[in-house]
Amino acid sequence: MGLHTKTMSELAAGLGSGDFTSVEVTQALLDRIAGHDAKLNALITVTAEAALTAAAQADADRAAGNIGALNGLPIIHKDIFCTRGVKTSCGSKMLDNFVSPYDATVVERMAAAGAVVLGKANMDEFAMGSSNETSFYGPVHNPWDLECSPGGSSGGSAAAVAARFAPAATATDTGGSIRQPAALTGTLGIKPTYGRVSRYGMIAFASSLDQAGVITRSAEDAARLLGVMAGFDERDSTCLDEPVPDYVGELGNSIKGLKVGIVRQHFDEGLDADCGMKVKEAIAVIESLGATAVEVDMPNIDYSVPTYYVVAPAECSSNLSRFDGVRFGHRAENVEDLFDLYCRSRGEGFGDEVKRRIMTGTYVLSAGYYDAYYLKAQQVRHLIADDFKRAFEEVDVIAGPTTPTPAFRLGDKVDDPITMYLNDIYTIGANLGGFPALSVPCGFVNDMPVGLHLVGHHFDESALLRCAHAYEQATDWHTACPEDFK
Amino acid sequence: MSLDKDQVQQIATLARLKLSEDEYAESVKKLSKIVDFVDHLSAADTAGVIPMAHPLDVAQRLRPDEVTEPNDRDRYQENAASVTDGLYLVPKVIE
Repeated sequence: MGLHTKTMSELAAGLGSGDFTSVEVTQALLDRIAGHDAKLNALITVTAEAALTAAAQADADRAAGNIGALNGLPIIHKDIFCTRGVKTSCGSKMLDNFVSPYDATVVERMAAAGAVVLGKANMDEFAMGSSNETSFYGPVHNPWDLECSPGGSSGGSAAAVAARFAPAATATDTGGSIRQPAALTGTLGIKPTYGRVSRYGMIAFASSLDQAGVITRSAEDAARLLGVMAGFDERDSTCLDEPVPDYVGELGNSIKGLKVGIVRQHFDEGLDADCGMKVKEAIAVIESLGATAVEVDMPNIDYSVPTYYVVAPAECSSNLSRFDGVRFGHRAENVEDLFDLYCRSRGEGFGDEVKRRIMTGTYVLSAGYYDAYYLKAQQVRHLIADDFKRAFEEVDVIAGPTTPTPAFRLGDKVDDPITMYLNDIYTIGANLGGFPALSVPCGFVNDMPVGLHLVGHHFDESALLRCAHAYEQATDWHTACPEDFK
Repeated sequence: MSLDKDQVQQIATLARLKLSEDEYAESVKKLSKIVDFVDHLSAADTAGVIPMAHPLDVAQRLRPDEVTEPNDRDRYQENAASVTDGLYLVPKVIE
């Protein structure tokens, strides 16, 4: 078995017992990326030299008895996380020339724990997209079928983990950008509670929704990484000072007696029948492990997508106003005046979907429309969050499909924004309410992976990881590997 | 509600985006679709509902107004297109 097939926990065990070194693991994965990424386009930047240096340092640290929680373990960062001295593009022409002068907190904490960064993952431009087709660097291909999208916006992260380029990758989620690509590539993706992980150095899209997480091939690896990433950071004013439990330690706790809520609206006509079947089978497995399923009512959940497409663009239009062609980023040439500099730098630097969202946001915030759209959406958002809170008085987790269908073909939805937006119909609610959520592989429809979606109460990532871990012990969907990437 | 070209032009100006003619045509079509879609919200009964300010209903944390970051201007300015003597250069604003 090649080193690329191993999960992070398996690699940690092998490094610990001296079966191989971090330099060997790192070289094996770099070779794999060099040999296979032309097919996927999952990475924007490969940091081979820095990775080998970090791996050698990790091996030396281990020999000296200084063994961090992620010592010598390889990881890929989504190109939304600032990495000092390395291009951080956010998938945009706007930042094609941007070399970050500092590290994001997530990057810094993982490096301090001994992780080895292999490179930066492709993504939808500024994380705005559900198919990875809005990237300035071209679409990412799904390792299960190269004609299909891996989902987005963390499509590069998901494809890289599914193709065994790395056991794990960081990712971010504003409306489903971790969980949807995880579902479509047969990987596990977790979006923690809003404020659980620092967003310092993570390029902002919609600040009341954005959260950092990971994509892995097991719940155990997600628990291991979340333990390193989570926790208070004074440099992010929205990061919350809550104790971080021992996620790995709590994985083994039984799920006997766990109450699982099923939302009726999540199984209506919008869901592909075969996907629905797989998800119901998965819920039956979880029940067989001692959990009980009950139906919960969420009367306002159908408003999730329109609410999101007011709130997120509004915040994006404000956040992306920092790209002015002056301090960093693309700058237009031969401009007439300052106004022309702004308009042309932004017109040239941003792609179509980003411009569309900035304009949608500008419109819903503009005089005369603010009350009808933005204020109204923030009210509906409260109703949706209250639906979840009421449900969590009865149940520990809510289970359902992650996506309405398996992966769609590249090009199929790119011309119709509304169809594309509806991809996130089951995932957006968790962002609107700030709840933690996870997608775990639960089978195949027409040979393409689908995911089981679990949402938990605020700060209860443990319940999600425990549930996913128990499910993984009873099934082997999470170990399936695309034929061309074995 | 459909948007017309004048409205899209006004939005693009507010957003400081220069669009080509093709982009205007495309934007009128697609933004109208998006606005129609989010108009579904008007059906929700929100009488007396407080607009949500934070997903966890917590107030923004404040910190003392103290200098905590070192001055790294030169390094930060390496990403700027045009600087002189530590200043960012832009086209002349005042004649």
